[in-house]
Amino acid sequence: MKNKELVCGNIAFSEAAIRGGCRYYYGYPITPQNEVTSYMSSRMDEVGGVFLQAESEIASINMVFGAALTGARAMTSSSSPGISLMQEGISYLAACELPAVIANVMRGGPGLGNIAPAQSDYFQAVKGGGHGDYRLIVYAPSTVQEVVDYTYKSFSVAEKYRMQVMILMDGLLGQMMEPVVFPEMVEFKGIKSDWSITGCKGRAPRLVRSLFLGRGVLEDHNKKLQEKYKKAEETELKYETYKTEDAEVLLTSFGICARFCRKAVDLLREKGVAAGLFRPVTLWPFPGDKLFKVAENVKKIVCVEMNAGQMVEDVRLSVSNPEKVSFFGRTGGGIPSVSKIVEFAK
Amino acid sequence: MEERIVISGFGGQGIIALGKFIALTAMNSDKHVTYLPSYGAEVRGGTANCQIIISDEEIASPCIEDMDILIAMNQPSFDRFCGNVVTGGLIVVNTSLAAAKPGAVNIPATEIAVSLGEKKIANVVALGALLAREEFLSVKDIKDALPVVLKGRCEKILRLNVQALNAGLRNSE
Repeated sequence: MKNKELVCGNIAFSEAAIRGGCRYYYGYPITPQNEVTSYMSSRMDEVGGVFLQAESEIASINMVFGAALTGARAMTSSSSPGISLMQEGISYLAACELPAVIANVMRGGPGLGNIAPAQSDYFQAVKGGGHGDYRLIVYAPSTVQEVVDYTYKSFSVAEKYRMQVMILMDGLLGQMMEPVVFPEMVEFKGIKSDWSITGCKGRAPRLVRSLFLGRGVLEDHNKKLQEKYKKAEETELKYETYKTEDAEVLLTSFGICARFCRKAVDLLREKGVAAGLFRPVTLWPFPGDKLFKVAENVKKIVCVEMNAGQMVEDVRLSVSNPEKVSFFGRTGGGIPSVSKIVEFAK
Repeated sequence: MEERIVISGFGGQGIIALGKFIALTAMNSDKHVTYLPSYGAEVRGGTANCQIIISDEEIASPCIEDMDILIAMNQPSFDRFCGNVVTGGLIVVNTSLAAAKPGAVNIPATEIAVSLGEKKIANVVALGALLAREEFLSVKDIKDALPVVLKGRCEKILRLNVQALNAGLRNSE
């Protein structure tokens, strides 16, 4: 139990990013993730990195673009309304294949909404958000330790595919504290690549762009993107099952909400209901094939989310028995109670 | 063993600070722990509360519906949460700011704190009173954790916290 630290999800994300080699943070404050900007403003200084409070979220994501272009590990974070503002920049990052990490500590929406925890940006995170045929790798941690683990590895994953990784949290996970163990500091000296813009003295100039006007050029570029997305889909898939072997009632849920469901599974089993939980850790790639197998023999599938029903669409698409899928959730910052989940699922 | 604790009071009463302190002590005692604050539009004088779960096993949901222990530092907190304390559960009432309750740990925490010279230390007085009734964390672990949490603060603050804890341990009924 040595080296444990009691930190909230926002600090966990910040320190894990620094340990993972990130030295460029750009952001604009917004509740419920202000601990990130606060922490980064002093911590980046300690490790010789750059902290810059941008004038807006649009500026933040474009600063990430600039840093990523040079082969640095860069990131930004925000909460729902701020992430909406970043969508154009994210689409450009995707087109230019620039590795970057973005955290969304979701709050209630649409609009300015409120500052309560929510999961209502699932569609935005996994179905695009910005324009064009692109994908983000989306991690949905459910414990503060998982926030550390997935943030830490997200930079190397982003570089491996030249993709953008989103850490999709919510206000509750951002604010709650749990003991965590931080990994060792990565010594990162910049990407060695044939694409990064590092000054062209002694070599041919490079061009990174997202405008492809020539006949068929964009289609070829997009095909290339799709190929690497396919590779990421095959290798980066992560999910967790809990007591699913003999389950008749299968709960599906992601992020913090999956922890309510885990508790609900235990309570349902005490009542004699053979319940289990399937939790996608990567929301894209979505572990649909795995879910298909787990769900094959269950009598009932209940998708629980802190939104009006978003992941449930992917659940229905994945299983052989979509008529068995029902949805239970709360929206606008409401938190589903374990007892209500049990009531609904039994 | 699993203890679900809710601490509630006015903003400025050290509700969040006490919650973090308990969570940290639990972690240092090799327990599983989650700590969840109310956050957002909280201001000094408004309401503040936090939820702590301490367990020997991995904790699933960090949210508390029914609690084993309630520390109510004022009347609105008592009124809001007392219905959610489980049968056999424990309520600590700060009788300086809330009506005493039969069977509860009744302690005039704010008055005791004022007599110690610092009103803000009422939170630790309440903790002491709770520990006198039920040692859900060992008093020794709590005392060991104080200097860790207060590292970098002046000696006087540490002394005050120890005094407040001892006063709570002595004065609970």
